[in-house]
Amino acid sequence: MKYFARRLFHASLLLLAVSIFSFAILQLTPGDFFAPMGLNPQISSRTIAGLRSQYGLDRPLPVRYRHWLQDVLKGDLGRSFAYNSPVTPLLAVRARNTLLLTGTAMLLAWLIATPLGIWSAVHRGKWGDRAAGVMTSGLLAVPDLVVFLVLLLVAVRTGWFPTGGMVSPAFSDLNVWNKLKDVAEHLFLPALGLAIATLPTMLRHVRSAMIEVLEAPFIQAARAHGIPEPRVLFRYALPAAANPLISLFGFSVGTMLSASLLVEVILSWPGIGPLLVDAILAKDVYVVIGAVMLSSIFLVAGNLFADVLLFATDPRIRVE
Amino acid sequence: MKPSPPSDANRIEPFLRVASLSKHYVQQRTFSRTEFTVNAFQDVDLELFSGKTLALVGESGAGKSSLARCIALLERPDSGKIEMEGENLLALNRKALFRIRRRIQMIFQEPVSALNPRLTACEIIAEPLAIQREGTQLQQRERALQLMEQVGLDATWERKLPFEFSGGQRQRLAIARALTLKPNVLILDEALSNLDAPNQALILELLAELQTSHSLAYLHISHDLRLVSQFADEVAVMYEGRIVEHKETHHLFASPEHSYTKELLATVHSVDSILLERSA
Repeated sequence: MKYFARRLFHASLLLLAVSIFSFAILQLTPGDFFAPMGLNPQISSRTIAGLRSQYGLDRPLPVRYRHWLQDVLKGDLGRSFAYNSPVTPLLAVRARNTLLLTGTAMLLAWLIATPLGIWSAVHRGKWGDRAAGVMTSGLLAVPDLVVFLVLLLVAVRTGWFPTGGMVSPAFSDLNVWNKLKDVAEHLFLPALGLAIATLPTMLRHVRSAMIEVLEAPFIQAARAHGIPEPRVLFRYALPAAANPLISLFGFSVGTMLSASLLVEVILSWPGIGPLLVDAILAKDVYVVIGAVMLSSIFLVAGNLFADVLLFATDPRIRVE
Repeated sequence: MKPSPPSDANRIEPFLRVASLSKHYVQQRTFSRTEFTVNAFQDVDLELFSGKTLALVGESGAGKSSLARCIALLERPDSGKIEMEGENLLALNRKALFRIRRRIQMIFQEPVSALNPRLTACEIIAEPLAIQREGTQLQQRERALQLMEQVGLDATWERKLPFEFSGGQRQRLAIARALTLKPNVLILDEALSNLDAPNQALILELLAELQTSHSLAYLHISHDLRLVSQFADEVAVMYEGRIVEHKETHHLFASPEHSYTKELLATVHSVDSILLERSA
């Protein structure tokens, strides 16, 4: 229990630091949301000053940060200038979409990486393992952007998959089953892209973790007792190789999130990504900070989950 | 001329006989088609007797561990025979091999990695019984606890995990696990080299006790000739994959023949003389 309390405390400290940082950095950049209005001769500088004071942009940074923090603790992430609406509900929908996308991609990536990595480790040095090695190095070398663009190209050329948005225009007329199908069709391409972007790292880690364990004397000892090979793999080697993989899982949440920003923008998935890009360009500060905080929370939560999983599966950590 | 085991007219039959055993590995460089073979060991003859210890010495890379793994039936040699009580083990099918495995057990150099980090002491020792599907869980646990006592571990530690034990205790755990299936042959692959001197002495003592009480045949692999002189009945010297000299221990120390053996003995003597000078 103490372990979790400590982890939670660390996590909240981290989030606090992230919020201060993003707040400060956004203020250090020149201009604000209302600055471009000054270029319009029909809007007087008094109007703009009025708007600034209405949104509290004229107050000093620490004061604004304090106000923001107080609001956040009440569950209010501030107001978007561009949408002229509260940030919280705006982000909530986007976060749900991003979670759906990254969750699916994560599941897909691990479902491919784990069996393939184990298979590669068992058949290391054989042609199949080498082919997998060439494939993963190739994917690692190709920038994610290119992967996503190629997927987009394929989708547009073949017309097999819808290339934008999350639902079809006629979504509201569909029944539940067809709604699910519709979302799944839209989800497939971005999820595949995201899975391809994160798969090589996972695959290589699974493979090397398994190889290391398979050569361990305790596996040899079990073999000397006559243990059947499948049981060696799944009852002995996989649990022992799990630790680095669980940590990698927490880490992969971060990789996934940053890759998802890109995939969302390119394949127009209505997640946090496009919202964040627009908000940054428009200097819609509270949306930016809200999105950054949300991503950090996902990241922290992913790592926390990995820690809890480690704690649950590894007796060594429990005893310590 | 390859050295044959020291012969004695009225010797009893060996429990395990290894004849002309050879093994090589094929390596291939990445991005190249050239393969080259590495001979792990060649044309090895050995005999193990119940209640006796054969030491196998040689520098690292001489093929000792490969040989050990082949005799423990963890790897398949290329050619040769491994006979146990007249039966060639290399000709057996998998099912028969499964039955035979219990009779040859191995103890590894690194007790840390030799024990499954996720299992408790009791589970580790009972593991071979579970694998061989022998007895109920209750019986398996009872046997494990009994073995813990036998190797000098407190049975109340049954729920401890490997990392909670010291190096010497871990090696005792490994020994207990190897004994679970009541083997006839124990292969010790540098089993003492990771222990400090007092622990080495204690484990040696334990091994000697167990050898008498279980009439075990030991194949003790080591690079430490001085240690070997304390416990081995016979010594086989391995050099570049071949056994170059095989004699009873006191004969080997008294009259080494092969140049490599002489070299090995010379280093032992020079270390001894340095120690003597220091103490004087």
